[in-house]
Amino acid sequence: MSKPDSLQGTLDLLVLKTLSRRPRLHGYALMAAIHDISRDVLRVEEGSLYPALHRMEEAGWVRAEWTTKDSGRRARVYALTAAGRKRLAAEESRWQVVTSAVNRVLRTV
Amino acid sequence: MSVWSRVVNVVRGDRVTREIDEELACHLEEAVAAGRDAAEARRAFGSPLHHREESRDIRLIRWLAELLQDLRFGLRMLRRSPGFSLLAVACLTLGIGANAAVFSWIEGILLRPYPLVADQDRLFAVTGTNRGTPGNSDVSWPDWLDLQRSSTLVEAFIAEKITGTTLSIGDRAERASGSMVSANYFDAIGVHPMLGRGFEPGEDAGRNAHPVTVISYQMWQDRFRGDPAIVGKTQSLSGLPHTIVGVTPQGFFGTFVGYAFQFWVPASMQTQFDAGVYKLEDRGARWIEGYVRLKPGVSIEQAQSELSAVAARLEAEYPETNRGRGIRLFPLWQTPFNNAGALLPTLGIALIVVLSVLLIACANVGNLLLVRAFGRHQEMTIRLAVGAGRGRLIKQLLTEGLILSVLAAAGGVLVANWLRNALALLTPPRGGVLLRLPGELDWRVLAVSAGVCVIATLLFGLVPAVLTSHIDLAGALRSQSGGVVGTHRRAWVRSALVLVQVSLSFVLLVGAGLLIQSMQAVRTASPGFSAAGVLTTSIDLFTAGYDAQRAKNFQDQLIDRLQAVGGVESAAFSRMTPFSYRNYSSAPVAADGYEAPPDEQPTAEYNEIGPGFLSTIGIPLVAGREFTRADAEAAAPVAIVDETMAAQFWRGADAIGRRVQVKGTWRQIVGVARAAKYHNLLETPKPFLYVPLRQNFSATAALQIRTPQGPGAMAPALVREMRALDANVAPGELITMREQVDRTTASQRIAVTILVVFGGLALVLAAVGLYGVMAATVSQSARELALRMALGAGARDLLRLVVLKGLALAAIGVTAGAVAALELTRLLGYFLYKVSPRDPAAFAAAFLIVAIAALAACVVPAWRATRTDPIQALRG
Repeated sequence: MSKPDSLQGTLDLLVLKTLSRRPRLHGYALMAAIHDISRDVLRVEEGSLYPALHRMEEAGWVRAEWTTKDSGRRARVYALTAAGRKRLAAEESRWQVVTSAVNRVLRTV
Repeated sequence: MSVWSRVVNVVRGDRVTREIDEELACHLEEAVAAGRDAAEARRAFGSPLHHREESRDIRLIRWLAELLQDLRFGLRMLRRSPGFSLLAVACLTLGIGANAAVFSWIEGILLRPYPLVADQDRLFAVTGTNRGTPGNSDVSWPDWLDLQRSSTLVEAFIAEKITGTTLSIGDRAERASGSMVSANYFDAIGVHPMLGRGFEPGEDAGRNAHPVTVISYQMWQDRFRGDPAIVGKTQSLSGLPHTIVGVTPQGFFGTFVGYAFQFWVPASMQTQFDAGVYKLEDRGARWIEGYVRLKPGVSIEQAQSELSAVAARLEAEYPETNRGRGIRLFPLWQTPFNNAGALLPTLGIALIVVLSVLLIACANVGNLLLVRAFGRHQEMTIRLAVGAGRGRLIKQLLTEGLILSVLAAAGGVLVANWLRNALALLTPPRGGVLLRLPGELDWRVLAVSAGVCVIATLLFGLVPAVLTSHIDLAGALRSQSGGVVGTHRRAWVRSALVLVQVSLSFVLLVGAGLLIQSMQAVRTASPGFSAAGVLTTSIDLFTAGYDAQRAKNFQDQLIDRLQAVGGVESAAFSRMTPFSYRNYSSAPVAADGYEAPPDEQPTAEYNEIGPGFLSTIGIPLVAGREFTRADAEAAAPVAIVDETMAAQFWRGADAIGRRVQVKGTWRQIVGVARAAKYHNLLETPKPFLYVPLRQNFSATAALQIRTPQGPGAMAPALVREMRALDANVAPGELITMREQVDRTTASQRIAVTILVVFGGLALVLAAVGLYGVMAATVSQSARELALRMALGAGARDLLRLVVLKGLALAAIGVTAGAVAALELTRLLGYFLYKVSPRDPAAFAAAFLIVAIAALAACVVPAWRATRTDPIQALRG
């Protein structure tokens, strides 16, 4: 799970960061939040969001629980765990390293 | 947490699926609420099925999920053909149950025989050895103490000696077995009395100095009704009141395979329990049978060499008593001085037999699975066609097999539980002494049984699974055509399985036949005395408080009275009756005109006998005379030797008139007796002699009565005559000498029972297997048979065709079995008494039985073949 696959890592980073600011979001709200904060630039694919959430849940980075919405339907909301917070820090610094490296390449060449 | 939650998720697979669906539905709802088009949102999601599978795979452990699926499916399949399932489970239950039972016996009798005793892995039995004499002897108390002082590798020396006492109950005397032990006994074995205490250091020293006893839970319950204030009360044991200082916890039976001990006394009480003979300071009196617990990490070889070195030192230091004497350690399962040694070969044979039965059962179930595989051809073809891998199919079929064997293992453990006490039931009781030969179903036995279950699954399941999954799809799509008799590929495998069964059961039957013959030979073998027409019992005057003089008078008067009773031809006392479980006296002997090798010390066993003993028990005299009442204490010391001794010491020259030294006394030989068996029927001849009971008196003695009457008719007369002399003395159990002899052949009898029962079982299983193969052959080649009929073959021709095929199969099996049996029956060596392991009669009998069973198994299907309606079969 710790494979630094940049694409997968990016989705994890976005999800973890968003959850650290706004705990207890369900899948759709999480997707909408990322969409909004990025000013409509980043669109998370529905098809990869849920497998990613379930994977992070199994890894112990997020915790899920069922709540009942106003409509009466049950919704599964996610929150960060302590392990998730640690992971977020690691992912953030990794992101900094990668982006600054890419920037250096863009500037020099 | 993660792996565990995934395991949990597997068990709740349905719920996981539902939750994922629910979460996705929630997502779609939000999307629609946010103003997106429902169809567009669903499309954005992609295939929900794919989605669900991807999420599921993350949340489940896949192989476990598949296993669960296979289990559910397998259970469904087994429920669908209950007849097959029941038969298969029944076969396997017999196989696995028989194995579990024998494992439990091996565990409970050989490997960890003593419940509640700590660290039995480090416990080893100790015996003495005597150079030039095979077998083992006991160890003397001074030697034992010296070993203990000199050893650095042994954590504890645990001395003990089985003993007994007579507890009087009404006019019946009942034996209770117990043990004389070193003072460290209870601490060293890690058993702490539930009431009171064990023995204290020093309580094993001094002559009759510490009359204290620890009693068993059983005795506390039975004799004292669980009296909570029992500690401090007294109980008379062997004629002396002993203070009860402790009660052992429930489930502790002592450290002697075969008996449940009722009491323990410190070794200092030895004199009281050995009819007055003091042995604690006598280096030549060997009586201790003990154990050592080695320090952790010490091997038996290291301990053996250390103790041998100590024994060699003692030999140099005390040549008079210790010449040629050594010490030998045995693992518990080879303990020579209790029933472990006697049962070891029996259990070894039992293990081989039950493994064979398991193999036969596996072959049977394998055959059944193959038959069923034929019926599931369609199902397998479809599953392969829709993309299931072969590996997946094999896994599914093996899972079904595993279900069968797990069910069977559960049943097998139940069977083993029922059989736990079977060995004790097969062993004849000895005068009310509590027997204990239990199986132990602990986790080790269960683990081994589980292993057997898995191996069995692979044995019976793998070949059918591979064959079943190996389907030629193109061929299978064509319509199924009937095979020709015996040409089907699977038929070949099935025939091979039947061959294995037939040959294995043939071997078992030969073994059973040999043992039955051997048993017959044992039964008709002459022990060298009259087994018929002689009764024996024990009369314990020592325990009853008699001194020597009173006991002598009592014995003489009783003989006079008995010989006046109608029907009694003669009666005589002796210290021991032949074939008793107690030990003869044994002593170094020297003889006129015989020079022993310098480093050997000839010893001989002897019996102290009263006047007329030899004629009463029926041992003929070769020369000289019997003892008479004139051979009393004050008369000249005399002895009678047996032929073996005469031959060894005087090389056949006349022994009468020569002298033999026994225990320091020179005795004149007045008679030579025909050699007899003294311990059991299978013993090899060893020198043996007799001395007059009066000249080496024992108040605890055996009484022999020569009478045509049975024990039932004689017992009241005996009790009446004894009452007339003293109302407080009762005889022990009165039995025939035949019974006495039979009691020593228990392990043979157990082996015979096991082989006959399992040999019969194996035959039935093999016959069922043969029947199954023939029945399947007939039904699968119905078209061919019908064609033959249509072309003019008569019922007789068909009968011959089918029966001959079956018999050919059986014949090959028998041939293979006979070849194997010629080699394997040698394993019975020890059990075969006057029977060759290649005895033609046993082979012939086994052949006949298998032939009859095979014929029976073939005739029914063959008969059914002749009843086929050719038109119908050809149309269908």
